[in-house]
Amino acid sequence: MKQAVAAAVEGICQHFGSDRNRMMDIVIAVQERFGCVSTEAMEVIAREVNSHRVEVESVVTFYTFFSMKPRGRVIIRLCKDIVDWMKGYEAVADAVAKELGVTMGETTPDGAITLARTPCIGMSDQAPAALVNDVVVTNLNPERARQMVRHLRRHLDPHQLITMVGDGNNAHPLVRAMVRNNIRRRGPVYFNGFVPGASLQQALARSPEAVIAEIRASRLRGRGGAGFATGQKWEFARNAPGETRYVLCNADEGEPGTFKDRVLLTECADQLFEGMTIAGYALGSRIGIVYLRGEYAYLRAFLASVLEERRQQGLLGRNILNRAGFDFDIRIQMGAGAYVCGEETALISSCEGLRGDPKNRPPFPAQKGYLGCPTIVNNVETLCAVARIMEKGAEWFAAMGSERTTGTKLLSICGDCRKPGVYEVPFGVTARELLEMAEADNPGAMLIGGPCRQMIGPERFGGQICYDDLATGGAILIFNRARDRLEIAEHYLDFFIEESCGHCTPCRVGLILLKRAVHKVVNGAGEPADLDYMRRLAYTIGQTSRCGLGQAAPNPVLGALQSLHGYADMVGERKSGLLSTFDLSKAVVDAELSTGRMSQYV
Amino acid sequence: MKTIKFTIDGREVSGQPGQTILKAAETAGIYVPRLCAFKDVIPRGSCRVCSVRVNGRIQAGCVQTISDGMVVENDTAEIREFRKAIIDMLFVEGNHYCMFCEKSGLCELQALAYRFGIAAPQYPYLNPDRPVDLSHPDVYLDHNRCIQCGRCVRVSQELDNKNVFQFVHRGHRKRLQVNGEALAATSLAITDQVTAACPVGALMKKRVGYVVPVGQRPYDRKPIGLVSSPEPSAQPAAHA
Repeated sequence: MKQAVAAAVEGICQHFGSDRNRMMDIVIAVQERFGCVSTEAMEVIAREVNSHRVEVESVVTFYTFFSMKPRGRVIIRLCKDIVDWMKGYEAVADAVAKELGVTMGETTPDGAITLARTPCIGMSDQAPAALVNDVVVTNLNPERARQMVRHLRRHLDPHQLITMVGDGNNAHPLVRAMVRNNIRRRGPVYFNGFVPGASLQQALARSPEAVIAEIRASRLRGRGGAGFATGQKWEFARNAPGETRYVLCNADEGEPGTFKDRVLLTECADQLFEGMTIAGYALGSRIGIVYLRGEYAYLRAFLASVLEERRQQGLLGRNILNRAGFDFDIRIQMGAGAYVCGEETALISSCEGLRGDPKNRPPFPAQKGYLGCPTIVNNVETLCAVARIMEKGAEWFAAMGSERTTGTKLLSICGDCRKPGVYEVPFGVTARELLEMAEADNPGAMLIGGPCRQMIGPERFGGQICYDDLATGGAILIFNRARDRLEIAEHYLDFFIEESCGHCTPCRVGLILLKRAVHKVVNGAGEPADLDYMRRLAYTIGQTSRCGLGQAAPNPVLGALQSLHGYADMVGERKSGLLSTFDLSKAVVDAELSTGRMSQYV
Repeated sequence: MKTIKFTIDGREVSGQPGQTILKAAETAGIYVPRLCAFKDVIPRGSCRVCSVRVNGRIQAGCVQTISDGMVVENDTAEIREFRKAIIDMLFVEGNHYCMFCEKSGLCELQALAYRFGIAAPQYPYLNPDRPVDLSHPDVYLDHNRCIQCGRCVRVSQELDNKNVFQFVHRGHRKRLQVNGEALAATSLAITDQVTAACPVGALMKKRVGYVVPVGQRPYDRKPIGLVSSPEPSAQPAAHA
């Protein structure tokens, strides 16, 4: 038996060339095959790829989709993002747990079904949602959740849960997902028809330098949120010394409340791959990698089929479009449940088969990225825009948008509104206009760009969506007036604590300390000094953390503390001699129970 | 070779291309407090104690390379507060019983606390439940005191050509793991350089605790930064 496992693991390693850099693929395959990556399996992998068991373990334990111990044949991962929570996550979680007879994190005694929580799975427009293995279940309520469990108990086949399929390519035989696109507003750049090869023809009619010049002229900036000029990034990578260059696509859409890349991957795969191929031509690169988040595994087979079609059409592979010497191909690298891998250097680490720890910068990826070679990492939306710019020209693109931010932006709008979904809008649109489009319900606050960006109140609803005012990678969350901002902030702190890589002290330790303080105030035990303590701690974490995750993680707290009433009314002066966090009546409960009588003085 | 000129707290300093702020400062006789940076092993910028303000932005001095005209703030009130906060975080994250720890005064975390005038941490203790690995005949690993600086990980790899240690899990669950069931099952030997690399009392040689009497220990006389950090030779040899 043991020998059979060892032989199978060896086979998996050899399938990936026993290449240490393909550790992610190896571990994913082992996890899929055996339901876990046991110590024995890790030893075999280490031997096979010339590594050490503890090194394999460091990778296996980093990603939430891997486990060293067997879990259920079916894993129900309930999405506990804030929007799911607002739409009834707790009732759904209760229903599932009761029906299964287990608590969160446990497996049923027969070893069949495991119940787990997971952060945002990119379905905030159809929450509460869940992943059942790689099957997406949306719009859950307690009754649907109970039925789902009953069905699963009978057949243990998540695919049998699919009773209807969504619109567009969600109905494609290789996707067959119950996911809806919810495209609410179409614009000129995305979801607007695309002829495979047309943009690439335009690119090949120019020199690689001229392609970069065109992208520069369009003034396209990275759509992931940071807004770095795409043409400039490409130029850096092209001019960096090195023989081999890589084009990486960041499809690790994990910012809570974002789902627009999900829809692009579903409906604009050709446009995306064409954008990558154009980048390959401009950079002189032969290899592209799409880093697809593990939560979107249901799109993997479909995306692979689009790649295969493009090879058949001469749009990928050798001598593309009969251009001698222009070789470029794309592979899909699956992620395995780690938000931090959306950070470009962490994404590179993961592609290299390492823990998803961000890297120190400099050097920047354009100088030394994947495997130490010049690399560009672009967002899905950015690469789709590249393909459209090549087709229609930089001038056409630059004519849209605001003065300093050209083009259009895809937004994922969700939360307290009637029309959650994907909206393509020109840059410069105001927050208030978005609230009207989405038919917001008594809006009190908006989170522009997800928790790592900024929370605004009504006083700033007149602000514009653009890099100079309200910058966003695409997430727009709407909260009605009844929601408490500090409570929202606490929710996001839990998220960042779970998703921190733990490399640096302020993020690893500081966030736990901040969470304690926020929890204290949210629960009515706060004191005036806590507000200043939270501000100082949040500032320290934001300033001294190594990567964008830690630097941004305190933003929801700082945003909440800046809100109009500033929480001064939530904290009270400490009564003399009493510690506000100490609840005497709670502290004596055990004593009361063991003595069998109630305390008379508490 | 071209010389790079920049300033630290207004003082002009020069260094070589590719040099880190930490190394250039060291050459110029300026002390930048640090914990995870160690000798010539590859710096990893994880503890953040060496945080400095570089042209307005906070960077880790151990990984940030110097450039011409760079303005570095090292010993300012703001930076001292950041460093104190980080040192405090490291104290409350683990279980540090300084008064009876076998590291006995050779501890760089404790020395930094003294240097920064920290009598007690400003944050509440997290009191984690952590194990102690006493399996190895000559060396033990007390996770209570581990500050996750990763020196052992890198020294074992880069200087000992082994791979005894790695970090597993992530975030607040991240912890040190050894390449085997326990330390005894690894290839760790008492002669490995890694046994003298730990800045705190986490990875310790057995039977050498408390050897130097109080009052004669390196940081008893001068604060860290004014004495060179204890090299292996400063640590008493193991009693055979």
